[in-house]
Amino acid sequence: MAGSQWELPPELCCRPMAFVALTGLDVVYNAVHRAIWDAFCANRRADRVPISFKVLPGDHEYPKCRTKRTSYEWYIPKGILKTGWMNKHLNLVPALVVLFYELDWDDPQWKEKQSECATKVEIVRTSLQGRNTKVAVVLIQKKTPLPPGEDLVASERASALCNSCDLSGKSLFVLPHTDHLVGYIIRLENAFYEHAQTYYYTEIRRVKSHKEFLNKTTHQLLFVRHQFKMAFLSELKQDTQNALKYYRAAYSLVHELRAHETNMLEIKTMAGFINYKICRLCFQHNTPLDAIAQFRKHIDLCKKKIGSAELAYEHSAWMSKQFQSFGELFDEAIKLGLTAIQTQNPGFYYQQAACYSQDRKQMAQQLCQAGMTYPSPDPLDTQSGGLDFYGQRPWRQGHQSIDPTDPEKEKMGILALQIKETDVPHSELIIALLSNAVAQFKKYKCPRMKSHLMVQMGEEYYHAKDYTKALKLLDYVMCDYRTERWWPLLTAILTTALRCAYLMASVKDYVIYCMELLGRASTLKEEQKSRIEKNLFKVLMNKVPEAEAECDPASVSAARSLWTDRMALSGSNEVMVDMQDYIPFIQCKARFQSPSFHVDQPIQLQVFLRADCPHPVSFSKLTVSLSNQEYNQWCVAESSGQDSMTLLPGKARCYDFSFVAKTEDVGKKVEMTGVEMMLGSDSGRCVFLSWRGAGGDAASTQEALQASRSSRRWGRGAEARQEPDWDSLTLQHSTMIISRVPKIRVQLCHQPPALTNEMYCISLSVQSQEEDVARDVKLTAGLKPGQEAGLGQSTHVTLDGSSVCDDNAPALLTDVPLGDLKPGEKLEKCVYMKCVSTGPRVFLFHVAYSIDTAVEGRHIVCKCHKDETVTVETVVPFEASVKFVSTKFEPLERVAVDIPFLLMTDVVSSSPCPLLLSSSCLQLQTITSNTPQLQSQLQQVVLQTGECASECFCLRCPPGTSSSNTVATGQYVISWRRKSSGADSPLIQTTVSLPHVILESVPLYVYADLPSFGRVRESLPVRYHIENRTAQVQEVEIAVDPSDAFMFSGLKQVRLRVLPGTEQQMLYNYYPLMAGYQTLPQLNISLPHCPTSTSPALRRFLPQRIFVKPQGRQPDDASIAAA
Amino acid sequence: MLPFTVYFSPDVFFPQNYPLYIRSVPSQNELKFHYTVHTSLDVVEEKVSAVGKSLADQRELYLGLLYPTEDYKVYGYVTNSKVKFVIVVDSSNTSLRDNEIRSMFRKLHNSFTDVMCNPFYNPGDPILSKAFNGIVSGMMVQTS
Repeated sequence: MAGSQWELPPELCCRPMAFVALTGLDVVYNAVHRAIWDAFCANRRADRVPISFKVLPGDHEYPKCRTKRTSYEWYIPKGILKTGWMNKHLNLVPALVVLFYELDWDDPQWKEKQSECATKVEIVRTSLQGRNTKVAVVLIQKKTPLPPGEDLVASERASALCNSCDLSGKSLFVLPHTDHLVGYIIRLENAFYEHAQTYYYTEIRRVKSHKEFLNKTTHQLLFVRHQFKMAFLSELKQDTQNALKYYRAAYSLVHELRAHETNMLEIKTMAGFINYKICRLCFQHNTPLDAIAQFRKHIDLCKKKIGSAELAYEHSAWMSKQFQSFGELFDEAIKLGLTAIQTQNPGFYYQQAACYSQDRKQMAQQLCQAGMTYPSPDPLDTQSGGLDFYGQRPWRQGHQSIDPTDPEKEKMGILALQIKETDVPHSELIIALLSNAVAQFKKYKCPRMKSHLMVQMGEEYYHAKDYTKALKLLDYVMCDYRTERWWPLLTAILTTALRCAYLMASVKDYVIYCMELLGRASTLKEEQKSRIEKNLFKVLMNKVPEAEAECDPASVSAARSLWTDRMALSGSNEVMVDMQDYIPFIQCKARFQSPSFHVDQPIQLQVFLRADCPHPVSFSKLTVSLSNQEYNQWCVAESSGQDSMTLLPGKARCYDFSFVAKTEDVGKKVEMTGVEMMLGSDSGRCVFLSWRGAGGDAASTQEALQASRSSRRWGRGAEARQEPDWDSLTLQHSTMIISRVPKIRVQLCHQPPALTNEMYCISLSVQSQEEDVARDVKLTAGLKPGQEAGLGQSTHVTLDGSSVCDDNAPALLTDVPLGDLKPGEKLEKCVYMKCVSTGPRVFLFHVAYSIDTAVEGRHIVCKCHKDETVTVETVVPFEASVKFVSTKFEPLERVAVDIPFLLMTDVVSSSPCPLLLSSSCLQLQTITSNTPQLQSQLQQVVLQTGECASECFCLRCPPGTSSSNTVATGQYVISWRRKSSGADSPLIQTTVSLPHVILESVPLYVYADLPSFGRVRESLPVRYHIENRTAQVQEVEIAVDPSDAFMFSGLKQVRLRVLPGTEQQMLYNYYPLMAGYQTLPQLNISLPHCPTSTSPALRRFLPQRIFVKPQGRQPDDASIAAA
Repeated sequence: MLPFTVYFSPDVFFPQNYPLYIRSVPSQNELKFHYTVHTSLDVVEEKVSAVGKSLADQRELYLGLLYPTEDYKVYGYVTNSKVKFVIVVDSSNTSLRDNEIRSMFRKLHNSFTDVMCNPFYNPGDPILSKAFNGIVSGMMVQTS
């Protein structure tokens, strides 16, 4: 097989292990032997010694040992390494032959058995004649042996057996066939391993000893051979350090060989082998950098060693194999735990291998002409069926001189090789390598490298004529290059893809790639574009396109017939292409003229198209599809006859559409879902180019961004130009349909602020300015939704202003019908709001109506509405405050039962407008009025801002009320309204709760009867009443302090008793001496039996001062007369 | 044989890495160089992101040899605004050592700064500056 000629031989790639042959085992019929063999073979894990075992018959013929050369003087080597050598040492020549023999120490027929055993050993020895292979004997015994030294018979017989077999004591083993078989086997194995190592050691010494017989002129090949052998044997000995050393030596020796055309292949083959071994060992020793360095050196040394020019492809094949096998070694090392990096991973080697395979293919195509007849007799045929030495030519094996022996034979041989090379599936090899590389680069984060390799794979599939796979790969990576914006690369990929599509006669793909190659991302030259465009038109006219350049002529003719077939087929002549994913030659940008349209306006939409191809393009249809499909019928442009729609190269063209929106769509969005353009005609082939949304393609977003940056820098220079700047055209893919502009006037009239709880009146006037009757006028009024949550509960709206509305009235009155409105007619309506809490509120007045209008000749019923909002602040109309005072107008902490006191109310207006207080009333609880009738003192009082209205009521807590308790006292109700509101407007009742009071009862009540004023030197009678409010008799001491302002008569000091529930009166005549406010003589009252009611506590009931008028200037005579 | 220079759009403004300027001396087989430069961006991105994590401000602009190929050496340079320069040199050209490459990049960077200072240049557009082109040509002549 020509393909596998470059494969490394398996014996090179495997891990060499000591070869031990087991004889005397009958693994087929003997169960014991089978068990022994299984114990050797099974579970050969890394912890077991590296030995490869083989069961051979006792009389097995081992390869014959050639007679040892005593002198190399006349010896001329025929090659570097024999092809069988490695295999021979791995699998044929054992390091140790083990003879298994069933024999117990106490065997009755010991003598006979002993001699039989000796015979068997002799047979083995004979067949190993001349080799240093060791022989060992294992006695399979049924009995467990005694500890050494105890069994005298055994030791005696053992030495006898050794003597008869000519074995050293170390080569005789006993294997008791007992329970611990595996344990014994492992011990045996280790002993075998030692023997094998000794064997390989002597072998290495033997090979080494040849060196002194060699000379540098004739035996150069042997130097390499011997180093290689020593290295290989070292490997068998598991001495990898020395093996590496020998291999390195062999490697430098192989390059010292005289290289010429005839032996170049042999040198390279061996160099490759040795290099492989070195790299493998380096990876094994965990020195990957050494491996890489060795490999680089190897490549540098061998790169230029091309060899025979006629077989130059062989060199590439060999190079490819070098890289591939190194990649595999590297990959294997990674699997065993080595870490690779982005810039040094097996992918690079696979890639390079692929690269050389590509070279090989190219060279093979150049060198190997098809149609040559294979020479006969076959020069590649050898007698043995294989080669004697690695890397030699079959027709001149063993030939080592510079010139070929027979030029004719040489020529035939080369021809034969060339013919074989044509059968090699190059593309398959390349693709396999590339896909290996792709897998690696994917792992090491090289997305671009991966794409690049996939392109190469695609191209290789193309060369291999597997166009479907090629297209699949190319199509996959195209999008990466598109987003990366590497146009030259994209163009190159597209060109290959176009060829594939052409050769497959895949119409859709062909059209797509044509379109993209004609587009602005393509870096093709104008004439190529022109050719492609012509081809595209041919396809559109259902004709066969011209062949793509650089296509294989045979494939072209096949493709042509495919195309003809395809064209003949009717039916499938419609192709749909989604433009969003490509950068096609026709660019499309669509936009609505405005982001919103009124329903009575026609919706305008523009589609801009631009062709980037070299020739004008005509198309037959342009449609825009919208989210509401009913509008689609209006957005169609079709070429009719002569008036074909043509795009000139590089010129933008605008198509306008307009349609009338449906009234149901008011408030909805109309979106463009797609723009579709039809190329070709129904008679030929039509291609629908479809853009999702409002156009744009894979590159336009970036271009728009770039354009916006430039225009931001330079201002809108585009306005000066006639044509719109294509790049700065923006897409507007949706528009909002909004209702018709209402032609009515809505006015609100009110007097802010609103007062809490007031029926606040907002008067609304609606005047129609329509030219037609506005029908179904409806009003929605109230609190605008979406404000603070609590406002809904604290606001009530009603149309009825005659009474105060209750809490059930809604916050928003909806759809109050107002009837029709004739043109110019005016309508007024009052809406009342009751705001329970203060703060700002937004009120909404929404007047809706419908009207008939005509848009572009179509009658539609438009619903219009006008909203007015107003923010109204609600404030408190007045502050009402209430307090209890004593009859002396002193603030009261507690209210004494059955003693009169006063209630004072203040109403302070905080409203900005005058308030009319209609009346007020007290609704008492617990306490009663001290006066027979409670009459409001605030009747029809008008309060301006900041003014205060006060009232005073005298009250008393009736006796018998439980004392020392907090009690509710009732409410104060004020009825009011705005002064400005009409007389019929309702009054608002504002209730103020009276404060709670703490009641107390006094044991002794003292009060005084005295006139309101005195006059100097006129008698002033004062009567003190002392009431006992307890159930006991109270003893009271009363004393009057003297005063400068008064003379008085009456008891100055007295002690008296007051019976329960009665009162005592004390009369004094005061005689004022001075005018003005005078302090009355102080009455000291004390209760000796009730110390709590002290004099100061009682004194609060008594007046402290009195106003004394001066003596009147009466006519003197009167006074004289009195005197 | 050739230095082959490229400059890429800055990452700061664009997520893309499209070429703003590409020039190669043997103009045949130019596509291969495009691929080489494009694939080298994998390494550039990796290096920039690896550095960005640790020492953002003290970053060395010169990234050195990006990755080995059989025939070319690819060198990279990234400015602070993530503008990338790539030079591809034939591996047989031994006259260009690290220092030479470094100074070439510095020259390119200076010239690029001049281009950016041009008020008529819109960042992100392909570079058509004659001065820049001249500098590049000068370097190519020098090394060929």
